[in-house]
Amino acid sequence: MHYIGIDIGSTAAKVTVFDNEKIMDNFTLPTGWSSVETSRIIKNRLEDGGIEVEKSKVVATGYGRISVPYAEKTITEISCHGEGVKYLLGEDVTIVDIGGQDTKIITLENGRVTDFIMNDKCAAGTGKFLELMANTLGVDIKELTDMALEGRDISITSMCTVFAESEVISLIGQGTDRSSISRGIINSITGRVNSLLHKQVRKDKVFLTGGLCEMESFILLLSQKVGVKVETHKLARYAGSIGAAILAGNLE
Amino acid sequence: MRPKVMEEVEALRGINSVKIKEAHEEGKKIVGMYCVFSPSEIALAADAISVTLCGTSQDPIEEAEKTLPRNLCPLIKSSYGFAVTDKCPYFYFSDVLLAETTCDGKKKMYELMGEIKPMHIMNLPQTANDEDSLEFWEKEMVKFKNFLENQFSLEITDEKLSDAIKLMNRERKALRELHSLNSHKPAPLSGMDMMLAQWLKGFNVDKEAGISIIEKLIQETKDNVSKGLFAFDESAPRILLTGTPIGVGSEKVLRALEEAGASVVALENCTGYKGLDVLVDESKDPITALAEKYLSTPCSCMTDNNGRLDLIGRLCEEYKVDGVVDLTWQACHTYNIESYTVKKYVQEQLKLPFMQVETDYSDSDTGQVKVRAEAFVETLKI
Repeated sequence: MHYIGIDIGSTAAKVTVFDNEKIMDNFTLPTGWSSVETSRIIKNRLEDGGIEVEKSKVVATGYGRISVPYAEKTITEISCHGEGVKYLLGEDVTIVDIGGQDTKIITLENGRVTDFIMNDKCAAGTGKFLELMANTLGVDIKELTDMALEGRDISITSMCTVFAESEVISLIGQGTDRSSISRGIINSITGRVNSLLHKQVRKDKVFLTGGLCEMESFILLLSQKVGVKVETHKLARYAGSIGAAILAGNLE
Repeated sequence: MRPKVMEEVEALRGINSVKIKEAHEEGKKIVGMYCVFSPSEIALAADAISVTLCGTSQDPIEEAEKTLPRNLCPLIKSSYGFAVTDKCPYFYFSDVLLAETTCDGKKKMYELMGEIKPMHIMNLPQTANDEDSLEFWEKEMVKFKNFLENQFSLEITDEKLSDAIKLMNRERKALRELHSLNSHKPAPLSGMDMMLAQWLKGFNVDKEAGISIIEKLIQETKDNVSKGLFAFDESAPRILLTGTPIGVGSEKVLRALEEAGASVVALENCTGYKGLDVLVDESKDPITALAEKYLSTPCSCMTDNNGRLDLIGRLCEEYKVDGVVDLTWQACHTYNIESYTVKKYVQEQLKLPFMQVETDYSDSDTGQVKVRAEAFVETLKI
């Protein structure tokens, strides 16, 4: 039996396939402009890989969760991330998920989500913010986080992404080097995450999920800001889809 | 199952907007008010009609923003927007307005609104915890009474005040009984219907007719309970909704919670149970009794506001609540800051899951609100 978790976020779609107890495949693709189209591509790709989607249990999560017609159930990304991190780490932890359009802090206690907070309505502190800023600087996100490590510890104070962009442009105008501007950009995200972390009960461990978990420089800078070594896992970007697949396995 | 009387309750919206016009044409005096701190008894004792004014819809906000700043609480913008656009029949037909200095936003907005119609502002103390506040608030009651006596050229007697107090206490008792029906597990009424029935009371031009509809609703709901007919099944997580007031047009968080499968069993906010908890003491001097009752309202504009924690605690126990949701409007500093205290109390003392949702009246964050509501309900279920 195959259990499939599909996490359609605002930027990327993540898919995890369990063959009974163990992970068989993980893959990701850009969400693009249509979640419905994305979910169709995912289905084709699964079937090309020899998986009978109609005979499998499918749970969809993320903002595009309602656009997966072959999903038996939709579950929010909060519960799925909790379940996924429980699988990857297996202990009490505070999860930081920096997504494309929101940042979530989730408390996992005894394998259950007991509290969560979301930074939304505003792009500040999200992946989208980072993407826009990287564009302004003419680099990709990986380059931006690496440059940030070398830069001076300056701050970008605007909470609004649009104003922050103006602030970055004025720093460019003043001749501030790109590394320091990058550092300022990362500081604005880690600072936002740090203040969200203080709004709820924090476990000893902090675990990062989402696409940024693959950026070592970012994890280093986030750890410095938060004051503990932020942990992650090579599959942490798939935490949501792993959780969804596990929850699919729990379906009757 | 939804009680049939709910249709009559819903129809009140249309009926009341006609009745207010008729009352005005008959020469009845109308006092418009906004807040649970407003002593409607004094207006009733002046043979006037007391009505709540509109302020729960997004519609007039754009117009309000021509004058007011955008980053202001939606309730204040909506109230002002309705006033300047003449879209609220209750505002339109009001002879005088009663306002209170509950928060800075409202206080300053009222200065602008006061240019449209005669307005009396009651100066609300900042704390309910000392003798001076009560004495001060009693004087404010007297000032409002004098204002109406002058405006309407009449005398408000103690006897009239006592009658009005008895009438409003009867209304409170009826609404309190209605609210308490949802302490039954499973709840016989949806939170949406409860909100509607509680919220609409303010617009009742004919108080007696309003009370009898509520009594009919209580009877039918009780019959449903005895027949085993409920709004949700036993497994639905039971939620207490606290925080800022809601009405038709600003119910999106309540709706999202129930659409996610929760049963909102208790509305602690001021459009729900908050104003019903304490009655006016009928044995005391009417002005003193009114001052005591209204000053005891556990609103976030007071410092401290531990009475709110006490009320949440009592309701959580009585209504067998599984989780607490605190709704706060953007730029409502008092409720937004107090949310920290409420969260601590709910999680540490009551040991219950808690979620704050900060939003406004617009549909711009419907997706995000839905995710939060669903995620919260999931954490209560798993």
